[in-house]
Amino acid sequence: MGQIEWAMWANEQALASGLILITGGIVATAGLFTQWYFGAYSIAAGVFVCLLEYPRGKRKKGSTMERCGQKHMTKVVKMLGPLSRNYYVRAFLHLGLSVPAGFLLATILGTACLFIASTIYLLAAFRGEQWIPIESKPKERPQVGTTIKQPPSNPPPRPPAEARKKPSEAEAEEGAAGGPTGGPQVNPVPVTDEVV
Amino acid sequence: NTTTELLATVAGATGLVITLALILIMTSSTELIRQASYELFWYTHHIFIIFFIGLAVHGVGRIVRGQTPESLLQHNVTFCRDRYTKWQTGTSCPVPQFSGKEPSAWKWILGPVVLHACERIIRFWRFQQEVVITKVVSHPCGVLELNMRKRNFKMAPGQYVLIQCPSISSLEWHPFTLTSAPQEDFFSVHIQAAGDWTGALCKVFGAEGPIPMESCILPRLAVDGPYGSALTDVFHYTVSVCIAAGIGATPFASLLKSLWYQCESEAHTELNKMYFYWICRDPGAFEWFADLLLSLETHLSEQGKAHFLSYHIFLTSWDENQAAYIALHWDEGTDVITGLRQKTSYGRPNWNKEFQQIACQHPSSNIGVFFCGPKALSKTLQRMCHLYSSADRRGVHFYYSDESI
Repeated sequence: MGQIEWAMWANEQALASGLILITGGIVATAGLFTQWYFGAYSIAAGVFVCLLEYPRGKRKKGSTMERCGQKHMTKVVKMLGPLSRNYYVRAFLHLGLSVPAGFLLATILGTACLFIASTIYLLAAFRGEQWIPIESKPKERPQVGTTIKQPPSNPPPRPPAEARKKPSEAEAEEGAAGGPTGGPQVNPVPVTDEVV
Repeated sequence: NTTTELLATVAGATGLVITLALILIMTSSTELIRQASYELFWYTHHIFIIFFIGLAVHGVGRIVRGQTPESLLQHNVTFCRDRYTKWQTGTSCPVPQFSGKEPSAWKWILGPVVLHACERIIRFWRFQQEVVITKVVSHPCGVLELNMRKRNFKMAPGQYVLIQCPSISSLEWHPFTLTSAPQEDFFSVHIQAAGDWTGALCKVFGAEGPIPMESCILPRLAVDGPYGSALTDVFHYTVSVCIAAGIGATPFASLLKSLWYQCESEAHTELNKMYFYWICRDPGAFEWFADLLLSLETHLSEQGKAHFLSYHIFLTSWDENQAAYIALHWDEGTDVITGLRQKTSYGRPNWNKEFQQIACQHPSSNIGVFFCGPKALSKTLQRMCHLYSSADRRGVHFYYSDESI
């Protein structure tokens, strides 16, 4: 399992845990069980975890599929800086968040799932993984000047493109070789104009 | 405390454990994780053992109560439920008695568990069987072709096998589509090095080294299968459209080879016309099945059935040098990349146009569309099938099948 980025699985697990915490919390609060305030906490914690885990991190190798609409949350999570980048922080944060929900039966499943997500994040952090935001590359505007190539400086017959040196390289070689390719065509056989 | 009390019961503990197992299985089975690391998906999926044992044991505490069989004999439910006020001892409706119901989940899961156990036993038995590797070919773009033989191995075109290589990992079985035809005396798979296990397999078979290996030091392989897939239906339609992207052409290779043999033997199938679209990013990828397509092309034209197979190859990425080379050789009789008479097209296919043409040519037929490749293209093709199927029952209908694992 050399190529696995554990953070990917931890992310899926944490997102699922967040949803389970929300569901359990709704059941506990709506039913007004004893200590139902833990249920209310669970909803809040679940929402927070879902929002934090929604933007997928960028994989080290290969391309990553973004979750739809994750651009907005990526900006917010990025603002947290090293707190969001470091997986140790996430591991302990999830561990801490999962504890209060463990007091209520309706939300204990969320606790267990979030605890497992926290363990996987710890493993990811040990392996030195980091959360890198997926950012769209700024579109490079093609500059008008550079797309126009230099017209050929010598008349036909011309050698093929590989033998033809670029003008910038020719300038560098001027001193060294003083070769025939940069300047005007030097004919091997003297050519005379026979028009009388 | 409710939580500790309930978790101390068998039902509570098993309930929590099996729900947790199910969630772990679900999160490790998403498409992303499966593609990133098949091993993680494979190993985590085996938690289902805990799931089923927990499910069977879940009701042992008899917490759910039901009417006892003796009470059911004396108290007829359908009769007595409307006479609730008259329930008394001595009348025809004595007060019903309840006790804990015995666990019944095992009745539901016994059948599937037994079937799965049989499958595992068969897999173990097949693991013991000998597989002889007759040929190993290393193709460009990191594709390894393995030709093998096994006693009593019978296949149909389009099926797949599970392969295990004990020297790489003794617990992992990976699925690969068969690329040979049933009429051949060997079976073959084309494996692309796309992950840990496949990369290790290519290395172990010496795909990277220049020196060919001796047959005695080739690693042992175990093969389980063949298992069916939707592609076996290709020969049941009058018209079939087969679309492959990259290494997704492997299942169709088996079909095309089988077609070749069927032409030779003059076997009769319902299939009248086959369209084959192959979309590749790398020109080197065509080398995998170039000779197959070439021999099929010549063979069909010899037999006078040149109109039977209509294939289109699309190359979707090239650089300047390649483009210049292609442009230079544009007017030649055979295609410069594949050597086939049918010219390669450049860029992605215009599916609207293709489906429209096919629908016009076969106005009132059932057309099977088979695809193997990435999901985005699959969605596009499904949309096309819906768009170009006629609302009239007698008109043209496209039936879509997806092969991707």
